[in-house]
Amino acid sequence: MSVTFALLGLLENGPRHGYDLKRTYDDTFGRDRALHYGQVYSTMARLLKNGLVEVESEPGDGPDRKRYAITHAGVTDVAEWIGRPEKPEPYLQSTLYTKVVLALLTGRDANEVLDSQRAEHLRMMRELTRRKSDGDLADELICDHALFHLEADLRWLELTAARLDRLAARVRP
Amino acid sequence: MTDQPLLVAESLRLNFGETKALDDASLHVWPGEVVALMGPSGSGKSTLLHCLAGILQPESGRVGYDGRDLTAMSDSERSALRRGEFGFVFQFGQLVPELTCVENVALPLRLSGAGRRAAHRTATEWLKRLEVGEVAGKRPGQVSGGQGQRVAVARALVSRPRVVFADEPTGALDSLNGELVMKLFIAAARDTGAAVVLVTHEARVAAYSDREAVVRDGRVREQEYAR
Repeated sequence: MSVTFALLGLLENGPRHGYDLKRTYDDTFGRDRALHYGQVYSTMARLLKNGLVEVESEPGDGPDRKRYAITHAGVTDVAEWIGRPEKPEPYLQSTLYTKVVLALLTGRDANEVLDSQRAEHLRMMRELTRRKSDGDLADELICDHALFHLEADLRWLELTAARLDRLAARVRP
Repeated sequence: MTDQPLLVAESLRLNFGETKALDDASLHVWPGEVVALMGPSGSGKSTLLHCLAGILQPESGRVGYDGRDLTAMSDSERSALRRGEFGFVFQFGQLVPELTCVENVALPLRLSGAGRRAAHRTATEWLKRLEVGEVAGKRPGQVSGGQGQRVAVARALVSRPRVVFADEPTGALDSLNGELVMKLFIAAARDTGAAVVLVTHEARVAAYSDREAVVRDGRVREQEYAR
């Protein structure tokens, strides 16, 4: 979903060839996963069909000679997408909660579950912190977003550890 | 890295009245590594840090530093060790308000006998390194919280200690200033080869460490040292 709108939005500053569009996307958004050319062309084909982009052909033909331009309808869609708040994901009934409850129900060590998860979360947070320290502002912002989410998970792990006895009393038969 | 830990706590016990602050707490710190002590409030993590630094004496157990027994030393021997080999960063309030920032940073060098001019030169370099060169002539009351913490970090590192003890060093700062302090602090500590014992309840601060040790009910669950 966001790849489609990102590609469409990148056309707002002027028409681009598919190749150029892929490179701009990779530089701006594709830090972890670069786009495949195929994905760019299939997305453009879909947008073309829906009237959100149009093609300015140049002499010489072939797919690389096609320049894509955004239409008025495309601009309207981008504006609508940017302005619409994302639905917050509440992550209710997470896998972690299930693991903790199952551990308690089956007489396994639930603290162990929480501790090993905490270590794993911190390991990932260290990696992101290193990446952030070595990177530019874009790296910093992308990593910070992930770091804040992981931190929220960690707080939950801590709170759950502190309430484990109460939870055990509730879930055990 | 050597095969021997630089700092060792073995089975420390300490009670504050009825409260067991440390209950068989053990920890190892290797030269040059950054260890985060994590855990809920009142878990004993700050008490453990104070014992490791020789500020508090455990009722039983032993603290070893570089082959020496800290717990068997006299008060004056421990003070000398703290002055010579350890650096400290606390949450706030550690700078001398009557002195300028550069004088604060120069203080540890002056106390170990350095001349005024040389001490000020080194202190100025450290302030620049922590990106607060501009506050050199100001008093702590005239600088922001984030700047003050960076001055405190400069003062902790200026005498090139082998261990820096940091107790919630970003606890009084907002996220952005906290990040900057941690980034500069840990980079500088790694450059000088100092080990860091970092008490924090914030995971994003602990993420600057090499490994964590979780303190709960006065006991330590230490992540294994791997290198």
